[in-house]
This record gives sequence, structure tokens and C-alpha cells, in this order.
Amino acid sequence: MASGIVAWGTYLPYWRLDRKAIGLALGSPAGRGTRTVASYDEDTTTLGVEAARRALGSAAAPTPETLLFSTPAPAYLDKTNAAAIHAALGLQQAVGAYDMVGSSRSGWAAIQSAAVMGAAHPALAVVADLRTGLAGGPEEREGADGAAAFVFAPDGAVVETLGHAASSQEFLDRWRTPGESDSHVWEERFGEDVYVPLAQAAFTDAVKAAGITPGDIDHLIVAGLHTRAVKAARAALGVKPDAHAPDMSQTVGNLGAAQSGVALADVLERATPGQVIAVLLLADGADAVILRTTDALPAAQARHGLSVAAQIAQGRSDLPYATFLTWRGQLHREPPRRPDPERPGAPVTRRSELWKYGFNASRCLACGFRHLPPTRVCLQCKAIDAMEPERLAEVEGTVATFTIDRLAFSLSPPVIGVVVDFDGGGRYRCEMTDADPDAVRIGTRVQMTFRRIYTAQGVHNYFWKAKPLEGSV
Amino acid sequence: MASNGIRDRVAIIGMGCTPFGERWDKGVDDLLTDATKEAIASAGVALDDIDAFWLGTMASGVSGITLSKPLKLDYKPVSRLENFCATGSEAFRNACYAVASGAYDLAMAIGVEKLKDSGFSGLVGIRPVGDGTDPGLSSPAAFSFLAPAYAHKYGVDEDEMKDVLTRIAWKNHRNGAVNPRAQFRKEVSLETIKSSPLVAGQLGVFDCSGVSDGSAAAIICRVEDAHRYCDTPLYVKALSFVAGPAAGPIDPGYDYTTFPEVVRSAADAYSQAGITDPRSELAMAEVHDCFTPTELVLMEDLGFAERGTAWKEALAGTFDRDGELPVNPDGGLKSFGHPIGASGLRMLFECWLQLRQEAPPERQIASVTSAGRTLGLTHNLGGAPGECVSFVSVVGSELS
Repeated sequence: MASGIVAWGTYLPYWRLDRKAIGLALGSPAGRGTRTVASYDEDTTTLGVEAARRALGSAAAPTPETLLFSTPAPAYLDKTNAAAIHAALGLQQAVGAYDMVGSSRSGWAAIQSAAVMGAAHPALAVVADLRTGLAGGPEEREGADGAAAFVFAPDGAVVETLGHAASSQEFLDRWRTPGESDSHVWEERFGEDVYVPLAQAAFTDAVKAAGITPGDIDHLIVAGLHTRAVKAARAALGVKPDAHAPDMSQTVGNLGAAQSGVALADVLERATPGQVIAVLLLADGADAVILRTTDALPAAQARHGLSVAAQIAQGRSDLPYATFLTWRGQLHREPPRRPDPERPGAPVTRRSELWKYGFNASRCLACGFRHLPPTRVCLQCKAIDAMEPERLAEVEGTVATFTIDRLAFSLSPPVIGVVVDFDGGGRYRCEMTDADPDAVRIGTRVQMTFRRIYTAQGVHNYFWKAKPLEGSV
Repeated sequence: MASNGIRDRVAIIGMGCTPFGERWDKGVDDLLTDATKEAIASAGVALDDIDAFWLGTMASGVSGITLSKPLKLDYKPVSRLENFCATGSEAFRNACYAVASGAYDLAMAIGVEKLKDSGFSGLVGIRPVGDGTDPGLSSPAAFSFLAPAYAHKYGVDEDEMKDVLTRIAWKNHRNGAVNPRAQFRKEVSLETIKSSPLVAGQLGVFDCSGVSDGSAAAIICRVEDAHRYCDTPLYVKALSFVAGPAAGPIDPGYDYTTFPEVVRSAADAYSQAGITDPRSELAMAEVHDCFTPTELVLMEDLGFAERGTAWKEALAGTFDRDGELPVNPDGGLKSFGHPIGASGLRMLFECWLQLRQEAPPERQIASVTSAGRTLGLTHNLGGAPGECVSFVSVVGSELS
């Protein structure tokens, strides 16, 4: 049994921006197709949580002992974002949680590090990106938001690593200084000129290390934010064209740091045992890895939840461009005549971590009644301090009643308020997200999703919301 | 364990109530002074005759000094209370108990709220530092949960439900239109109400009570002393107050078509007052119509209509000012306005006028003048469906 990836998960947000909407609003053509858009209540931390929940959702996924999180768009600096992911996944305190934030190449490092750790103990790598840019620019148009997560373990791998290689080069192609909201890019032909040889060098070394020829490759993924260099490199590798992984630029867009992971997940969801997969990343140098699928793959595919292809197929592409700009802070809208939200208090949040992040109810040991939020006194039998925590984040529920709140503070009004009755007991009143207000009914089936409720005084307020059950709408 | 009540042991001998509304011209001190001035004049007592004070305000001041300072009270006990939207009633209840106990001869309960100075729309609550997990739903949203749940349970379709809610708002606006102290003194057409901009769920602007400034006060003494001050006192028949376990939002057994807290407090109050059939025994009721679906559900919780029938009764005009049981003849929270701490006492003020036949002829209810009924009910709640405090009082113009 080989060590390596044993489970994976991806998350593509519900919303898509149709590039035609940009063109219509700005009066200049913005191309065809759509890009994924994180909702106003999502950030790279919540995108990462959702991908990781899917990776760990498979019953066979081992519990990670290390969590590595990487993103070029961290919600916090100076504070470990992986700690919030750790808490939202309900991982044990003894699990190490680390950020590797910065350039999109850090995502590769997180995955490779988890792969190395995975040979000794289960390790989870989570990579998320949220790409934005100035209105009307290529970054805004071609970027995308999403996340991928991989669980590595000492045995039971669905792919084995045949070889890998890297090349590095200091040059100015894409950059952003801390505090800036948008990236700068040098003239693209310069970058192409530098990238292609770097890519070829890493790829050639990896193929050599793997003891194969380019013609043996069944699935080729070439990723990178430099679209032109990626195309040129792909054409120069000598891999048969029908092995090229599908181009997602017209549906998903470029996921930046998460692009190679999501593309690999998509291949894993379609591949058969014994196939060779090459992944090549162009990011301030190049990284290449050659993998071969194992006999463990079909069982993992059968256990696996929502595929990349299924997520591409669902989505909702009628997001107004003005709403997108509002979510990205590029359009300053008149606020409601309501007080600003209060930042959550650190000690209160610390005391309620199991609830706020882990979505743990308390179940009465005496009578079984579930309480959300957890309480010490049982509503039903009044027993005191006879409770055990019970995580309900993965439990589905049904809408008991609902409202559309046009007064409550939100970056994207109206707020949908729902009362959710959970399967197996327990009720909670919360917000509903990723839903059409006109489609909510008594009886709508829902699942929970980890979101950023709002940010106040620089503090992100994370909590859970309901959303329509995947496949129910 | 029982609620024994203090039926016919204390009496209201004087009341005051400021006009409610956007009182840009009056501060908290002014409103308190105005209500007090009217109340003591009504009772024919001097301020210094009053032995103790209970001040209800949600957020317009803290401590008894909020009252003692503007009134320049000379070292008297002043308690400041808060109990959500039932704050004014809570001040009244505690003042009644203090007098009934014999601790004081004369007490005043006063409620005040100054909401309009904040510059915000709707209510602004005060919350302790939290963990950020409370769903930030507005008050209209929390109460709008009632509408689809009620409609779903009793097979009322969405359009009919809107008509019912509209009819309730229309009635209360019609009542307020002839009340000079009300915030909104204009009849509003059914069409205008129905097509008003949506605030939450099915609720439009006209389904919500008025955000308002105001103050109201009552002066209380023991029954045996009442006629020293007043020929026509109002006797306190029942006072019931309950705080629920906030079960609704966590108990799948709660269906959002009732306020269990109201059912309990009503049963307790009826038992204290000896009422068995509220619909036929009461001359009137002032209920907490913070939003139109609240009034609908209250008609059933207070026993004025059978379960599942209040929507038909509302459409039939049963609770109109000239109907079988007038509900909110003064316009209610809907059109009189809802300055939180003052509302419970404002409800009593309408009983004070109507049961003693001091309301102007154009709005004096016939259940008192013709049918000869002598009892009035006030109902005041605070919180949200499934997690609220509820107060019910019964007052009457005759001793039992």
C-alpha cells in the first residue's frame, strides 16, 4: 500500500459572474463564459473549510494530525487562518494547524509538505484562492474563487508519486505589496519568455525522475496565473493533446493557487487505475509532479461526494455585476439606517468555540433532547449539567418557517431567515445563504455551511448558515 | 406554588399620557415631566404626596436618577425596570405589589422611551458582548415568522393572509385617526396598506408599529383609600407576568402560531380576575400589536377566538371599535406608536378613559356605554415568537 492522497474535496461557490454582464455594464467587451464568485459571506478561510469538509466527509478519510492551509488572499495576517479551519472541522486540539500564505506557489508547497508528512501520519492540505482585480480588468474577468483539499495518509493512496522536480527564478511578472487590493502584472510576453523554459526544465526533470516519457502521460494539468505562458508551455511538452485536462476558463475561470488542486481533483474523479497524471505549475518558477493512479482509486471515487464536474454544472450565473462589485468592496453603497454590527468579543468567542466554529449542540444524556446553542439545563427534562456535545454541522434539516428580512444589516440584502428542524432532533434559527428568496418554502431541505457573517472593526465573525441541500434545487 | 393575585386591593386614581410620536421638541426629561404633571393633576395629588416610584424604560436612561433628577424628587425610592417591550407594564405591576403590601400608601408607575433621537430605523437594542452567533434578524423579521406558519397550519392562502394582516392594520389606523394623542392620526386605505413596501416576509411598512417617543404614568393607592382621591377609580383585578424558557427557537415542537407565554399569562390573569369567557365579559382589550400577525395570533392566545378562526373574525370586524369586542380602540402600537417603556401604561390609559366613559364621544366604545361591560384587558409582550415575556392585566370600573 502506497502513501499519498487518500481523499480529496473541492469547493466552487454557488455564484457565477457572466462576463457579458461586465461588458454590458462597462461598455467594453469582456469575453464569453463565466467565472466563479465567492459570495459576500465567503472568504478564503470559509472556502477552505467547505473543501476540507468534503475531503473529510468520506467515511474512509483518516483524521488528520496536521493541517496546512495556503492562500494568497488570507482573511487575517498575524493570526493563523488554519486555526479557524481546524475549529470548523472539529479537529482535536493536538492537531497542528499552520498557514502557508503568500504567493500562489505556497499552495503547491502546502500540498507537497502534506504529502511528505502523510507518509508518517495523516495530513490535510487546504488551498483556497479568491481572485479579484480592478473593474474591467483581466484579473477580474479571468480570475475565480474556490478551494481544494487533499488528505494524505501512510497507506491506501489513490495515486503514487513517480517523480517530481522544480525550477526557480527571480523575475518580475506578477506582484502585490502588502495592503494592496489588486495585483500588478508586467507585459505578458516577457513573462511567457521566462516561464516556458522554466516549465520545460521542471517537467523534463520530473519525467526523467519518474522514468517515463511524455507520451506515457494520460492526464496533463498545466496551471498558473499567466495564461499565455501556460498555453505555450503545454504545447511544448510533447504530451498528446487528448491527455490535456479540460480548460475551465469558460466555466470556472482561473482559480489561482487552487487551480492545480481543483484540476487534479477533477482528473481523480474521472481517471482509471494505472493512469499517469502530470501536474505542472507555473508560479515564479515551475513545479512538476508525475503521479500514477492505484487500484484504490475506484473505491475512493465511489465514496467521494460532489465532483468538480457536478459543481460546474450547478452554479447560478445571474449575479448582477453591481452586486459583484459591492461584494468586492468596489462599489460604496448607501448603508441602511441601522447600527453597525458589533465585533464578537474574544473571551465570549473562546468560550463558545465548540458552538461557533464546530456547530456542536448539547444533547441531554437523560432524555436525548438536542439544544442549539448548547445549554446546561435541559429544556425538556430540566436535568442540569447532564449534556454531551454533538456536532450537527453535517446533519441536514428542514425549514419549519422562514422570512425575508429587508431591514437587517447585510452586505447583500435581503437576509433570508429560516427556522431549521434538524433530522434526528434539534432546531435552530439562522440565516440562509446561496438561495433564491422566492424559492424558500416551509419544507425546503437544507444543509449547514461555514460562513463569514460580517466583519466589524477588523474582526471576522465566522458562523454557520443554512443553504439549500445540494441537488434539492 | 400559585399566583394568588391582588384582585380589588389596589386602584388607579390618576393617569397621564403624552402624545406619542416623533417628539423632536421633547427630551426624556420633558416627556417624564409631562406625563407626571398630567397624572398628578388627574389624581389631585402633589408630587411630594407620592411615596415611591417605578420607572420603566428600555434604553432611555438607567437607574432611578433618570426620574428623580428631572422631577427633583426629595430622597424617594425610585426603581428603574426593564423587561423588553413589556417594560411599562412591569413598572405598573411592581408598583401595585408595593402598595398592596402596605409598604407605601401612594405609588407612581411611569414609563418612557425616546427612540427617535438615535437616527436609526426601527428599534436599536442594547446587547452584551457576544460571540457573534445570534442571528441578526430584525424585529419585524422575527415576528413575520408567524405569518407563513399560521397560513400553512390553517390552510389560509398567501393572498388571504395578506388581506387579514391588512385588515388589522386598517382597523388600528382607523382607531388612531380619531385619537389626538396617537402618532398616526390618519385613516389609511386597505390598498395603501397592502401595497406598502415590504419590510420582512409578508409584512409591509404598514404592518409595523410606529417607532415613537412618549411617556405614560399611573398613580396607585390601596382600594380603601381610592375614593379619597377619585370618584371613579379603576380597580386592579389581575396582574400576570411570565418569562418563557425561550423554547420556540430550539424546540421543533413549537409551530410559530402561538405565544405559549401569552397563553399562560392570560390563564393566570383570568383566574385572578374570575373571568371564564373573556370574549363576552371584557368590554375591551389593548393588546401588543407590534406587528399585524402578532395581533392575529393574540386573539387566539387570549381566548377571544377559537384556534384557527381569528383570521376570519378579523376580516368580519369582530375586533373593530364598534365590533363585538373592541381591540386596540386607541389605535394600538400600530397607530398610537410604540415608545417601548411607555406602551404598557399607554394601554392602561385607554382603559382609564374608556371604562370610566371619559373617551370623547366619537370614539367611546359601546361595549361600556350600551352593553354595560366594566372590564378591560391590557396585554403587553416583549421578545419574539417562541422567546418572550408576556404581561396581562385586567382592570375594572367596579368592585367585584
